[in-house]
Amino acid sequence: MNKHVSPRMNRRAFVIGTAAVGAGLAIGLDIPFGGPAIVRAADGSPEIGAWVVVRPDDTVVIRIARSEMGQGSLTGLAQLVAEELECDWSKVSTEYPTPGQSVARKRVWGDFSTGGSRGIRSSHDYVRKGGATARVMLIQAAAEAWKVPASECTAANSVITHTPSGKTTTYGKVAEAAAKLTPPADVKLKDPKDWKLIGKGVKRLDTADKTTGTMIYGIDVKLPGMLNAAIKDCPVFGGKLKSFDEAKVTGMKGVKKVVKVGDTAVAVVADTWWHAKTALEALPIVWDEGDNAKVSSESIAKWLAEGLDNAQPAYVGNKNGDAKAAIAGAAKKIEAIYSYPYQNHATMEPMNATAVYTADKCEVWCGTQNGEAVFAAVLEASGLPAEKCDVYKVMPGGGFGRRGQTDYVRQAVTIAKEMPGTPIKLLWSREEDMAHGRYHPITQCKMTGAFDADNNLVALHYRLSGQSILFSLRPEALQNGMDPAAFQGVAQSGEAAFGYSVPNLLVEHAMRNPHVPPGFWRGVNVNHNAIYMECFMDELAQAAGQDPLEFRRKLMGNHPKHLAVLNAVAEKIGWSTPAPQGVYRGIAQVMGYGSYVAGAAEISVSDGNKIKVHRIVASTDPGYVVNPAQVERQIAGSFVYGLSALFYGGCTVKDGKIEQTNFDTYNSMRINEMPKVESVMVPSGGFWGGVGEPTIGVAAPAVLNAYFAATGKRIRSVPLRDQNITFA
Amino acid sequence: MANLTINEKTFTLDVEPDTPLLWAIRENAGLTGTKYGCGIAQCGACTVHIDGVATRSCGVSVSEAVGKKITTIEGLASASSLHKVQEAWIAQDVPQCGYCQSGMIMAVAALLTEKPKPTDADIDEAITNICRCGTFQQVREAIHTIASA
Repeated sequence: MNKHVSPRMNRRAFVIGTAAVGAGLAIGLDIPFGGPAIVRAADGSPEIGAWVVVRPDDTVVIRIARSEMGQGSLTGLAQLVAEELECDWSKVSTEYPTPGQSVARKRVWGDFSTGGSRGIRSSHDYVRKGGATARVMLIQAAAEAWKVPASECTAANSVITHTPSGKTTTYGKVAEAAAKLTPPADVKLKDPKDWKLIGKGVKRLDTADKTTGTMIYGIDVKLPGMLNAAIKDCPVFGGKLKSFDEAKVTGMKGVKKVVKVGDTAVAVVADTWWHAKTALEALPIVWDEGDNAKVSSESIAKWLAEGLDNAQPAYVGNKNGDAKAAIAGAAKKIEAIYSYPYQNHATMEPMNATAVYTADKCEVWCGTQNGEAVFAAVLEASGLPAEKCDVYKVMPGGGFGRRGQTDYVRQAVTIAKEMPGTPIKLLWSREEDMAHGRYHPITQCKMTGAFDADNNLVALHYRLSGQSILFSLRPEALQNGMDPAAFQGVAQSGEAAFGYSVPNLLVEHAMRNPHVPPGFWRGVNVNHNAIYMECFMDELAQAAGQDPLEFRRKLMGNHPKHLAVLNAVAEKIGWSTPAPQGVYRGIAQVMGYGSYVAGAAEISVSDGNKIKVHRIVASTDPGYVVNPAQVERQIAGSFVYGLSALFYGGCTVKDGKIEQTNFDTYNSMRINEMPKVESVMVPSGGFWGGVGEPTIGVAAPAVLNAYFAATGKRIRSVPLRDQNITFA
Repeated sequence: MANLTINEKTFTLDVEPDTPLLWAIRENAGLTGTKYGCGIAQCGACTVHIDGVATRSCGVSVSEAVGKKITTIEGLASASSLHKVQEAWIAQDVPQCGYCQSGMIMAVAALLTEKPKPTDADIDEAITNICRCGTFQQVREAIHTIASA
């Protein structure tokens, strides 16, 4: 039975397991792919290279470095390895190596980071080689046993056959011998046309436990003697904890300790989380909120609006010709200002981590999108060296970018340090999660388009004002101060390239960073850039008196892959034929994360403000589709996330704090509001694009453009909740 | 102390009567399949059956649940086989992250008990759980598959 092995919660088993692996590793350390010494998994089965363990019963364990968080890449990555390994897919299971093991083995499993839709596209090559290397070694071992040339042997379905004699053996029987062989220096990967497993919509490996309540998420971790912690961080970002009156809660039921966490937060540790949370609610806390308490959504909006003024400094991200001069001399020009708000990831499972600290060891269990970043955070927060720390990844209840951050892990370790030897599970309340997100960045955009006398678009000026994620989270990635990621979807080239040719183009970013911390939120900067550009593209088409699709097509002659997905959705939704009575259409396209995507929506509007979405068609060209069933789910899910943000999302700031506190004020779409998403996959091959995020970019603009078609009214700010527009 | 009947077993729990049932189930009875999502009965992740009715357990106190028959996701399957909703969820690969699915499955199981062949409108009305991954399409298809079996 296919299954993803959850890390065991029995701490003793963990210690024994890691010690056993560690002993094997000490021998094999200098030989990256195993080498003459056998490296063994915790159960004693031999590794055939770092990615594959083969057991005597022919079952295969495939190591997965990236995190599964619902997006399905655990299964997709296993397919990539298994394709080259030629193993029996029905006998495949997976396991996560720990970041500590990876570091001890010179990062043999590469990058653990799972964001930016990179899980498959940035590791497909080396994980396939991991599978191919193991296959070559297994065949070699069989050939040596038979004393025949390896070239006369083939492998399929975990069975090795010596073709001339017809002799067969299985992977499990030769695994021990294979593990002793020197891995081949290089292996040849299959031609994509020969793939048997890649491209198949095989079932996920991690479904069964999610239907019975047995899947262990971070919130479910149990360790012997464990206590539970609830936390409050200063609700004004940048503010500090001034004081708290511990005496008021120390006698409350179950309370064990009140802990100051860094300079900004306080936690209550109790026998149960409910007791900890109840006591925390009763704890008198005084905050030093600082100057940021003066900031509001209004003050942020005013500051960003000032950045739209051409006199203010801005970074140029994409440019050709002289847009300003062309606009000044144009026969006709139009201008519009759009805005996009903060958004909280609102993962279904609030942030949490479980830590146990002693002077000799610090271990953490948590859901994370980046095991290595958590590992680094554990080292820093514990003050212990790498060999005394480790991180055990469990299933996250959603990630969407939020769990790429490590703030909650640092807090858990900080609290655990106050109670050495006692495992501490820190869980944020939903309210804490809403108040301390790493929010989708806030921006505004002024766009100016200019036409010649024949209604040809001759110039476009795209001026973005607002927040930079990299400035806050990865300042080392800034380029002379500029955030290159700010131009996702409107960039000159690369994985998020602009899909239109405009003779005079100026794309720039006036960077303004309010105090609310930004983060990578599914789709990231593609979200607002696609809304701004694709809605304005409709405005330009209308100004030119042309059909929105035809207007776009004329600008896309040099962008055939962008155009192909746009054409695919236009055909599927029937753009050339009239929509049903009372139904209106909108269309949009963008490139992000190396994939070309387009979307089209059919909606009707009643009473001028009640939207019913009847149909959504979405197309993607990610180069290769590893698992079409999962890609289909990612496309549909991205629309739920994107349209939830459009209709209901939006975090506002008052007195320096986020105003939304829970799902009653930060709602999310329900099943009755969401139509079926019709996916059109048109993988053109030759490149590897991402899947989890790109299509979210076209969700909102397709619906907004349809809303204009239905009502003649342009919506230029999000969420629709604030404009009294709802689902019907 | 409170006596709760969960999955046909009696649990004697050291818990205050005003504790939300959700936390008594998770922390005192140790059944962690029922999930915390919001604590204010908005998201449905904590849905259990109380006397057969799909109920958000974060909004029910322990004292209100005493004497009632409580079923959690761990008690949905029989000793010999999974519940038909669980089987359909596996067959159609419904879950993504899966965190909301315990509550989703409990809500769907209750709907199908009440209406074995629900229409889309019935589904829209009864299933109001939040799923941030966006599995609604698979949820709807799986319900119809069960209903047509």
